[in-house]
Amino acid sequence: MATNENEAPHGTAMGASSDPVGQAEELAPAEVANENPSQGAAAGVTAPVSSPVADPADHDDAAGYYTTGDPLADTSAPAGPIERRWTERVFNAKLVNPANRRRLSVIVVGTGLAGSSAAATLGEAGYHVDAFFYQDSPRRAHSIAAQGGINAAKNYKEDGDSVYRLFYDTVKGGDYRARESNVYRLAEVSANIIDQCVAQGVPFAREYGGLLDNRSFGGVQVSRTFYARGQTGQQLLIGAYQALERQVAAGTVKTHARHEMLELVVVDGKARGIVTRDMVTGEIETHLADAVVLASGGYGNVFFLSTNAMGCNVTAAWRAHRKGAHFANPCYTQIHPTCIPVSGEHQSKLTLMSESLRNDGRIWVPKNAEDCDKDPREIPEEDRDYYLERIYPSFGNLVPRDIASRQAKNMCDEGRGVGPMVGDQRRGVYLDFAEAIERMGRSAVEAKYGNLFDMYARITGEDPYATPMRIYPAVHYTMGGLWVDYDLQSSIPGLFVAGEANFSDHGANRLGASALMQGLADGYFVLPNTIRDYLADGPFPKVSEDDPEVRAARANVQERIDHFLSVNGSRSVDSFHRELGHIMWEYCGMERSAEGLRTAIEKIRALREEFWRDVRVLGTNDSLNQALERAGRVADFFELGELMCIDALHRRESCGGHFRAESQTPEGEALRDDENFAYVAAWEWGGESGAPILHKEELEYEFIEMKQRSYK
Amino acid sequence: MRPSELGHRSFARHQAVSGWRYGVLVTTTAPGRRSGQATTIALKLLMAVTGLVFVGYVLLHMYGNLWAFSGQQAFDEYAHHLRELLTPMLPYGGLLWILRVVLVASLVGHAAAAFALWARAAKAREQRYAVKKAVTATLASRTMRWGGVALLAFVIFHILHLTTHTINPGGDPESPYLRLVGSFQVWWVAVIYLLAMLALGMHIRHGAFSMLQTLGLTDNRRRYRISHAVGLVLAIVIAGGFALVPLGVLLGIVTT
Amino acid sequence: MNLTLKIWRQPNGSAAGEMVTYPITDVSEDMSFLEMLDVLNERLTAEGQEPVAFDSDCREGICGMCGLMINGVAHGPEVTTTCQLHMRSFSDGDVVTIEPWRASGFPVLRDLAVDRSAFDRIIDAGGYVSVNTGAAPDAHASPVPKENADRAFDAATCISCGACVAACPNGSASLFLGAKITHLAELPQGQAERYTRVLNMVHQHDLEGFGGCTNIGECTAVCPKEIPQDVIATLNKDMRHALWHRV
Repeated sequence: MATNENEAPHGTAMGASSDPVGQAEELAPAEVANENPSQGAAAGVTAPVSSPVADPADHDDAAGYYTTGDPLADTSAPAGPIERRWTERVFNAKLVNPANRRRLSVIVVGTGLAGSSAAATLGEAGYHVDAFFYQDSPRRAHSIAAQGGINAAKNYKEDGDSVYRLFYDTVKGGDYRARESNVYRLAEVSANIIDQCVAQGVPFAREYGGLLDNRSFGGVQVSRTFYARGQTGQQLLIGAYQALERQVAAGTVKTHARHEMLELVVVDGKARGIVTRDMVTGEIETHLADAVVLASGGYGNVFFLSTNAMGCNVTAAWRAHRKGAHFANPCYTQIHPTCIPVSGEHQSKLTLMSESLRNDGRIWVPKNAEDCDKDPREIPEEDRDYYLERIYPSFGNLVPRDIASRQAKNMCDEGRGVGPMVGDQRRGVYLDFAEAIERMGRSAVEAKYGNLFDMYARITGEDPYATPMRIYPAVHYTMGGLWVDYDLQSSIPGLFVAGEANFSDHGANRLGASALMQGLADGYFVLPNTIRDYLADGPFPKVSEDDPEVRAARANVQERIDHFLSVNGSRSVDSFHRELGHIMWEYCGMERSAEGLRTAIEKIRALREEFWRDVRVLGTNDSLNQALERAGRVADFFELGELMCIDALHRRESCGGHFRAESQTPEGEALRDDENFAYVAAWEWGGESGAPILHKEELEYEFIEMKQRSYK
Repeated sequence: MRPSELGHRSFARHQAVSGWRYGVLVTTTAPGRRSGQATTIALKLLMAVTGLVFVGYVLLHMYGNLWAFSGQQAFDEYAHHLRELLTPMLPYGGLLWILRVVLVASLVGHAAAAFALWARAAKAREQRYAVKKAVTATLASRTMRWGGVALLAFVIFHILHLTTHTINPGGDPESPYLRLVGSFQVWWVAVIYLLAMLALGMHIRHGAFSMLQTLGLTDNRRRYRISHAVGLVLAIVIAGGFALVPLGVLLGIVTT
Repeated sequence: MNLTLKIWRQPNGSAAGEMVTYPITDVSEDMSFLEMLDVLNERLTAEGQEPVAFDSDCREGICGMCGLMINGVAHGPEVTTTCQLHMRSFSDGDVVTIEPWRASGFPVLRDLAVDRSAFDRIIDAGGYVSVNTGAAPDAHASPVPKENADRAFDAATCISCGACVAACPNGSASLFLGAKITHLAELPQGQAERYTRVLNMVHQHDLEGFGGCTNIGECTAVCPKEIPQDVIATLNKDMRHALWHRV
């Protein structure tokens, strides 16, 4: 992988791009842990690895924290040749008579790429759709912040790409923890996404001939990434948003801005609606429908500081989980090594910079802790520790992102971090371009990285041409999410989950430029085809607002709100959230150990208890009350955080975005344990006082052989 | 109900009806074309076209005034010829009357659209800022409305002075030349005219550019820059050309 | 540094509001402007006063959710979004006046938060290409000259924050409108509905209570994405064409 990343060309194959500003950004997240199949041998791929633990049953780190339930299977996926499976599923899914569609209603929660595209497409089909989002416009969902690009197996470059290769890369990149059927389908529909977006007027980058430009992204050796300067997510979301607004105009979709879903309504075992709060008036509303789609995004904000938007939260997914939807692989989080570091206790959010910076910058910290507050330019060469070059002489600064992230943390833990003191330590390492400027000249560095340097200067107030930049890792994507079958249906019938909110396609690690692909694949092409199989049995018996289940759901929401407003404790919501984030980052971040995770669980439980007893939320329910909104979200983050730790504790292996200190090679590399952990961990809510229940869905690889990744 | 709510509801209803009328699968969104005549942009286009008429007129007018530097005979002949133009196809002074009709119509259109847009702008921000700074706006662009009102007042004065001869600060001679020069020899009349030309220059400085922009002729960055230059050049040429005559009188270059 | 903040407080859309003065101390220059307000809110909460409501989401300058009038300039003294403005742009002792966007089309919800759904309704009126999912031809079916594609992109970078309206002396949303018209007018996919789109969107723009453009350029000067004035020329040109061919 590292070799690939090394080759991640900066500025090659983009002769037609007249956009030096965008270039660096476009290459941004080299979120790859994949290698080209042909490269495996050369990179020294080893055969399936033996388990580091002889019998995990004797070494269940999480024993006592959970109970085991029945194994789980995805029964909706067809068998047979993988390239026929999706066609077959689309054919076999029942159709809904056009005349019946307007009598069927669907609720969509979230209007990012997955939610907007699903709502628009379902509206086009003729269903009644209600779309809910907490922002003031559907177009503000956090998909908008995605920079890099979107993969599609178009093979416009005739460089050997194919659906199969994208499938292969994605499974491998996910460290063999994703379902083959799902990933193949994702690769299969990827090409349609580009067609759809272009037809909507998404202004992708083009070559002088007028055709679409592609680039190699994040180390893969084929150019399959489509991009719109460094703002691909924005442009794709605007495309989906406009399709959605078109349906609003047509009367098929109704949008509900500034509405937050606070409860799922389950009647007779089926998802039949949601309870929302109008964030402006405080009104608690019940919305009933024949099916509910959650497209509410990821849960990286459990760490408080992440690259997620301020409002990103797990509440919609978590309320569904508490009503019976399994939550799969919550511990899989992706951490990005080149973010702008925290500058102080006031920090509210982290900003990503392109990982391509590591192509030319050298990463170091002072050898001696006492040099850490010195001007870095005054630290002589012999007192600098270029630790990545020292520890990994062959790959140096281009080691995979998880290693780069982990080593940065190690340096700071040793007391050799740089930058301002944040809490008990300095959290940053230098990324030095002095040598690159000398070698390439300032203007070459400017052409290549100018916009990143500008962004850095704006946020930090430092001139990166003169002094080394400081970087630190940050959470930016969560691969885990609600468990869904091949139809994207959760374990609650009628509840469908799309985009980052589900767990389905990325395994333990997500490839660069694949998040946008998955969101739109789910929303435009997968969900509308699979949900009809469910809706064909509808319209379902009418549910009344007086139904006991509905009333209970509303009462539950009201009770929580009343509680928050009446506690009148001593600490603000943010102070709890910050502390929770600190625990998660410390113990369930880049490196997790059994001991640390157990500590984290105890700390979370104690803090959660304090939160419910001592939180201070002022104001009333009947107006815009942002502290009240956050209180509900943080309450759910506490429960999720605990489950993440339990999941991380039980998975005594290192894979993708999950690194267990107990499962590494002598060189400190991640060591997967396919014998004992080649399954999806789907967690069932165990009740307010009960332990979560683990259902294992075994992963079978019929088409791709499992290999251990290696950086040597 | 606020106007925007009103707009939205009627709009949504209209759309929904057209959506559902044609059947279930209908998701085409062809609401039909709406009227555009009363829109802000239509009003702006009216201002642009009438503004163009004024620019053309003042250019000619300014050219004519410069005959003053050639002396009484040349100037009076020019004034006379203006009335004889296109005769005998038109009666004596006919072309001037046609011009006057066009100008008055343009003035009515220009001013009516301006006041309508002014009212809309005021309604678009009923609650004002406690602090508001202009970041880039030129003085010319910020004084278009009151400057326009000032010019309107000047035009009335000008007509009363030199067309209808209602106001006669410099006496009331027959010869247009003598009337002109005699008036400008009264210092405050010259000052009024010079100030008006300053106002006119500023109005044209932004107005000419704005006209090109409103007509949609500036839709790339090069043309956008050129349009700004056009505004500046026209302003200097027209206002400067007009100002030469009163200045010439004050400096004693043009005399009776 | 220590600052004096003058902040518009208004309990809800129908109540009256007023400017309230809050001194704030120990502001770090590394804070973003919104983090400074976060700190103020923590303090207000501790003192038992309700925190100041303001919108923000991505805090990396792309979602368009944030937007404050800071000392009379939309998004403050730097040409960027409010979330990307940092306190190093201010000095010790400064008085900072913070107001919500003021426009009849953007009613205040509370304190500094306003309702910009008018923008969504303008898009509803035609800011899209009518193509159903699955009905698209191959992406390479119609090549787009690079200069058109680039101009479409430049216009499409609008984040819909509303600063153009806030800064405009006429309360006009012409830059927002022009950006969308230009984005779609530059692409072959946008041609079929080009002139009905402009008529319907301009009509909706006016219905929402926004004023007319006087080409002053305040909008472009504060636009965090630096959308140029020439998009308004394209809007005007398309509108002229639409009106002419209708008459």
